[in-house]
Amino acid sequence: MARKAPKKDAVIVGLGWTGSILGMELASAGLDVLALERGEDRETVPNFQYPNEMDELKYAVRYELMQKPANSTLTIRRTLDEVALPYRKLGSFLPGIGVGGAGVHWNGRTWRPQPEELRLHSYVTEKFGQKTIPDGMFLQDYPVTYAELEPYFDRFERMAAISGKAGNINGKIIDGGDPFEGPRSRDYAMPPLPSTYDASLFAKAAKAMGCHPFPQPASIASQSYVNEYGMQLGPCSFCGFCERYGCYNYSKGSPQTCILDALKRKPNFAYKVKVEVLRVDLAADKKTATGVTYFDHTTGEEVFQPADIVLLCAFQLHNVHLMLLSGIGKPYDPATGEGVTGRSYAYQTEGGLTMFMPDQTFNPFVGTGATDVVITDYTTNRIDLGREGFIGGSSISAGTTNGQPIHSLPLPSDTPTWGKGWKKAIKQWYGHSMSIGSQGSCMAYRDCYLDLDPTYKDHFGRPLMRMTFNWQDNDLRMTQFMRKKIEAIAASMKPAVMQSSFKDKGAMYDVRPYQTTHTVGGAIMGADPKSSALNRYLQSHDVHNVFVMGAGAFPQNIQFNPTGLLGGLAYWSAHAIRTDYLRNPRDLS
Amino acid sequence: MTDKPFEGWRLSRRAFLEAAATAGVAMAAVPLHLNAADAPVALHKYQPEFLNVDEWAFVMAATARLIPSEGEGPGARETRVPVFIDRQLAGKYGAATDWYMQGPYDPSASPDRGYQTPLTPAQLYRQGIKAVNVWCEKRHGKTFADLDAPIQDETLTSLQNGRLVLVPELSWFFSVLLANTREGYFADPKYGGNHGMQAWVYIGFPGARASFKEWAMQYNKPYPLGPVSIAGKRA
Repeated sequence: MARKAPKKDAVIVGLGWTGSILGMELASAGLDVLALERGEDRETVPNFQYPNEMDELKYAVRYELMQKPANSTLTIRRTLDEVALPYRKLGSFLPGIGVGGAGVHWNGRTWRPQPEELRLHSYVTEKFGQKTIPDGMFLQDYPVTYAELEPYFDRFERMAAISGKAGNINGKIIDGGDPFEGPRSRDYAMPPLPSTYDASLFAKAAKAMGCHPFPQPASIASQSYVNEYGMQLGPCSFCGFCERYGCYNYSKGSPQTCILDALKRKPNFAYKVKVEVLRVDLAADKKTATGVTYFDHTTGEEVFQPADIVLLCAFQLHNVHLMLLSGIGKPYDPATGEGVTGRSYAYQTEGGLTMFMPDQTFNPFVGTGATDVVITDYTTNRIDLGREGFIGGSSISAGTTNGQPIHSLPLPSDTPTWGKGWKKAIKQWYGHSMSIGSQGSCMAYRDCYLDLDPTYKDHFGRPLMRMTFNWQDNDLRMTQFMRKKIEAIAASMKPAVMQSSFKDKGAMYDVRPYQTTHTVGGAIMGADPKSSALNRYLQSHDVHNVFVMGAGAFPQNIQFNPTGLLGGLAYWSAHAIRTDYLRNPRDLS
Repeated sequence: MTDKPFEGWRLSRRAFLEAAATAGVAMAAVPLHLNAADAPVALHKYQPEFLNVDEWAFVMAATARLIPSEGEGPGARETRVPVFIDRQLAGKYGAATDWYMQGPYDPSASPDRGYQTPLTPAQLYRQGIKAVNVWCEKRHGKTFADLDAPIQDETLTSLQNGRLVLVPELSWFFSVLLANTREGYFADPKYGGNHGMQAWVYIGFPGARASFKEWAMQYNKPYPLGPVSIAGKRA
């Protein structure tokens, strides 16, 4: 029998970006807040300090900062007929664990979605007609507009220390920024990071072809900065250990560098680590939650933590798993199309092209997670979707993130994989190649979803979650369109060797190579409780004192990194809780 | 670590000759300012933590073909890749501590379904080496380590492309061996491989220097400094 802990006003599950934001916002409103994190505590010193952090094997290959599948994983199948098999060892995506969550090991690439992406169903049907939407695709508007979210995007970007160049301030197009972005109320807090050599070559070539290159907005300080919570960041050292690492230099935006030290000073905020929430407990009528039950890995005891508000702030996959285990929302069933929890799981459709240029020296170890130059000329709001026959788009970029040789040493595809030919090639090509990548949208489909696995269990005896996902023709056509655009730019740069890697028709989802951790959906936001788990304030349609943060709310995925959108949504939801829900707790929709 | 002479070491004649030859190469390649106290025990005297005599002989021989000593740049021997692999297998990587290892298993699943064998990396080496040696004995009358280099290359090629058929549980053996060999070549020297940071020197990776702000905008200009390790050593 679980021990009952003293009641809290709000309990937060998972202390990453959204947990830290909600913790700060609700503690500032006077609530007694407790955050529960199943991983370890982490601080810049000692956890990310130089030189121990510069360890490719430990962090980038053995995944020190990531969720251990032994403790928590899921099963995966591509089609309804396949038997799902466990994701036994990390590959395709890398969920983080520990205080700071994915906010520790990310690259800092921070975007807003295009306004059209938030009303995609309306945009597509108004402009190209209903017939553009293929059978089996669940295309939906977000139940909140770009204009409504603008102040909250701005708040997140100021908090998370973004370096960048605005392209659209209140409707005025600014030279050197993203001309196709939605209007912003002001420029970024800091000027952009300098561009690495590869990024500058790409910018020149893209511009010559009529595109509009601009620097990647980065949650990486380009100069000294103090945010609204009094947290200080220093300029980035271009150390080349960003993605999969914590930042030793207090330069990358993270819960540690931007929120936590300020939050920990608040007497009405507390957090526990190595405590794993097993379920959200519901009242008999299942209309409200009474709290959460967690297992304390330090004491070995099970604890019931009563709370008036439960905030699910874990990684997208874990939030959906907890909802399924707790009976929050009817589970989605692809046979009937009914149910909401687990519906509309989506991924991202990425491609890349590597150019080998023996006469160029790139110093690939000089980089940050986000020094790219980007073009948005082939994004959703720029493409004639009716003519091209797909829905979606991609941001396209080039720039150096790292030159770590175990996992980042591109070689021409005809190179032997071992032996003297391989050894010769690694010296010949290290530092003499550059890549252009596309980050593309991924729509939601009837047969791509999350539910509980019938066979496999975790060490608490709970069913693992099961992912059913495969690449779909619409997104494959989109990425093939990008291949042509990128190959044209690359060819103009006259590389000695050029090799493309874009998924094509019939591609099956391969769980082995790393692709992206931008997994979304499964707890989507929408106006209709029959087809969405959350309302426009990220509040459960079914259990009104449960709010679910993160990318699980995306009805279909965007063509950018998700953190800017989920950060804006977290501030938007926090505002609704503070100004409306607290004085009259109810379904806000 | 247990870098002391290994009493039970049964060295094949060929491996002995190679070890003796590469010891000379390694000495020549190690920078002078690595002082004598850093010189580790010779590979043929190294006492493995996990691998048994036959397994050590296999790993010594196989990694020396995957990254050979011949030609420019260090090989697996000079960089002490076998030591790295032995230590990885003796630790939590070898035991698959971080991975989900509960059944049921479907080792015959298509490769794109991911790692679906019930074997940990340590078990994969133990059973994989045995199976390859049985195959080599049957075909050539010798274990893998005692074969001539061209036959070893041919055997590894067959293992990689599946002509050397193993039970499905062992289908990951070659790719894990190759991945671990590259890891041992390029990882920080603290893990036992990349001895003297020779692999980093060879390709031009500066290791843990990790501070390049003034280099971000120096285009098409080679970075002049050699690597440092996490322990603060230079090469």
